Amino acid sequence: MTGPTDGFGRLPSAFHQPGVNSFADFLSTHAPEMLPGGRDLRREGSGSVPLDVPHGTTIVSVTFNGGVVMAGDRRATMGNIIAQRDIEKVFQADEHSCVGIAGTAGIAIELVRLFQVELEHYEKLQGTTLSLEGKANRLSMMIRSNLPMAMQGLAVVPLFAGYDLLVPDPAKAGRIFSFDVTGGRYEEHSFHAVGSGSMFARGALKKFFRDDFVEADAVRACVEALYDAADDDSATGGPDLTRRIFPVIVTCTVDGFRRIPESTLAEIVQSVVDARMTRPGGPAAPLN
Amino acid sequence: MSTPFYVSPEQQMKDRADYARKGIARGRTNVVLQYDDGILFVAENPSRALHKISEVYDRIAFAAVGRYNEFENLRVAGVRLADLTGYTYDRRDVTGRTIANAYAQTLGAIFSGAGEKPYEVEIVVAEVGDTPESDTIYRNTYDGSVADESGFVAMGGQAEHVAGLLRERYEPGSSLPTALRLAVDALSRPPEGEQRELNSEQLEVAVLDRTRGRRAFRRLVGVQLDAVLATTAE
Repeated sequence: MTGPTDGFGRLPSAFHQPGVNSFADFLSTHAPEMLPGGRDLRREGSGSVPLDVPHGTTIVSVTFNGGVVMAGDRRATMGNIIAQRDIEKVFQADEHSCVGIAGTAGIAIELVRLFQVELEHYEKLQGTTLSLEGKANRLSMMIRSNLPMAMQGLAVVPLFAGYDLLVPDPAKAGRIFSFDVTGGRYEEHSFHAVGSGSMFARGALKKFFRDDFVEADAVRACVEALYDAADDDSATGGPDLTRRIFPVIVTCTVDGFRRIPESTLAEIVQSVVDARMTRPGGPAAPLN
Repeated sequence: MSTPFYVSPEQQMKDRADYARKGIARGRTNVVLQYDDGILFVAENPSRALHKISEVYDRIAFAAVGRYNEFENLRVAGVRLADLTGYTYDRRDVTGRTIANAYAQTLGAIFSGAGEKPYEVEIVVAEVGDTPESDTIYRNTYDGSVADESGFVAMGGQAEHVAGLLRERYEPGSSLPTALRLAVDALSRPPEGEQRELNSEQLEVAVLDRTRGRRAFRRLVGVQLDAVLATTAE
């Protein structure tokens, strides 16, 4: 990185360039090596040998009447080892959106940090926030720039959700976007899950989801879905009642981003676990 | 070929300073003052879109007078520097001093550089701390000098006059409505003639509120501003 100032201590010209509203674009001209995809790992060793680094696992997101909920389990794995049992993989992106990450934890967390700065940077320079699609497109471009690393097994697959202030109907304002490693961006309807346990979580959500969900229902559905994911996927961590480690659950509504406090979460998790004591497979879906 | 007249360096610098000072004096006045829960910014600015007061970082804000394109350019550079520093190290490592220093260097280089005209701007970089004692207010002038102020700052067209009015009545630790009323009174009293009436439509008001969460900057607009102004009118 070239220092923030040049010869006489004056800020270099990149700082004064008009018309650049993106922090990532600014970095790419001023300090490209600081971008998550800016370093070529091929030159720095390992070749095609898969690196043993922590991987994040399951993230779920469910819409409800008035917003959207996102939840993530707390486990990071490194091969057969549990790398961390209380990692946090769901983050606030800005005032009305959140992002959850699955895949290589190190790169994903750096990507989220850049994404958060990117959104705030635009907001400060322009005096207005990006549209929800604008934010999703920005994220998709960042993932695309990580493609060379994804090809070496260091993939990042985020899930992005938020409350769209431009949608007049609050029942439809909670929106979810999923991504693939090439930067492909797909809007999901009602609910979605990513990560190693996602197929089990998605199967569960398919049965739980109702169109008339309120926030509490969506939160409960997320806890159940993560329980089901942990039940069948060894890389997803279930709620840990002995250590009091619960999933991270956040909501985005018209009032903004909110993380469900641990006290509330403890009650929900306890009641889900209690119900599973009598019926390990979770609530039964009626057949007709 | 004509021989250029000799101009002494003292005269050159004086001419440049006069040029910048005249430009700044043409504009309206901007006031920054501390209140019990933070720092208040008040500018006479009828525009809702072209701001003279802006957020730079979590606890740092920017206020400027002078030529719009010049201070806007510096504002953008400041936001970039703050975000870059915060991304490189940690959010807590971004300080008002970093930003004020960069402005001082940049303004100084422009002022003494022969190829450029001096910037006709004056800038305040303020950072709110956990207590009023740890608040910092830096005032950057067109020639690159920087002053560490406490209490209140007035800059722009009627800076001297408004600062005089503030000096008479400013009390440290006053509430937000009191501080706002004081600022608005000072801005609406011209050196000569009748007191003008400034309503919320003609004012740009923002605060760095130390009681807020991570991002302390908040604009007071419309109903909110009217409400604060009304509290003090009684």
